[in-house]
Amino acid sequence: MDSVDLEHFLVIGAILFGIGLYMSLAKRNFVGVLIGIELMFNGVNLTFISFSRFVESAEPLNGHIFVIFVITVAAAEAAVALALAVLLYRLRDTINVDQIDLLKW
Amino acid sequence: MEDTGTVVAFWILAALTVGAALSVAAVRNLIHSVVLLIVSFAGVAGLYITLSADFIAVVQILIYIGAIAILLIFAIVLTPRAGRLNQEGFMLLPALALAVLVAGTMIFVAFDTSWAISERDGFEETATAIGDLLLDKYALPFEIASVLLLSAIIGAILLVRPEGAEEGPE
Repeated sequence: MDSVDLEHFLVIGAILFGIGLYMSLAKRNFVGVLIGIELMFNGVNLTFISFSRFVESAEPLNGHIFVIFVITVAAAEAAVALALAVLLYRLRDTINVDQIDLLKW
Repeated sequence: MEDTGTVVAFWILAALTVGAALSVAAVRNLIHSVVLLIVSFAGVAGLYITLSADFIAVVQILIYIGAIAILLIFAIVLTPRAGRLNQEGFMLLPALALAVLVAGTMIFVAFDTSWAISERDGFEETATAIGDLLLDKYALPFEIASVLLLSAIIGAILLVRPEGAEEGPE
């Protein structure tokens, strides 16, 4: 408990990823699913940054670059996904993912 | 990292982040859920600072709290009749089992692997080096990312444009 090592950060990243995975699979509301995906992104980014800080590497900053690209893609994904949510709401009056079963036979 | 300040900051931020993330999944109102998500994002930004990733911490606050959380709130308030309940569907138990399994596996691997730990100190300041890398070694991915953002913006506008919108000024 008197020093903070790589494993501590990896555990927090894993817990965030687990909570995000649970939410994205279990939630009924589409926005809840998106919140889960954002939590998973955060867990992965935290893991990248902690490896970048602690692990032996010739170019340790590459982890930071990777995180910047992950955040960029996450922002693009959030914008398109929320546009889809609004569109779905206009068409079906609901954004509960278990009621959107047009492709289910 | 052994100095007392870092250790205390780590444990406070870790409790804040994980506690807020658990509450995000547990609270019943989606608006409250997004507010707690903001707390969790801020906790992760603090953890980045303890990892001496100053630039990423600022980017985290700007983009996750400033853009993505606000977008989520917009999505909730733009869909009023869909309800704001943050409840689970029929996948509750399988999802819980899978999430516990995946997180448990990752925690086991984190402790089981002998990582090549480096003895160097934290970064002094990362923004200059990141800027150099982005415009030199990673210039092509950087440009592709800008094209991706542009196409995402155009796609989002195209999707939510009302039916029969005016085709430009007359």
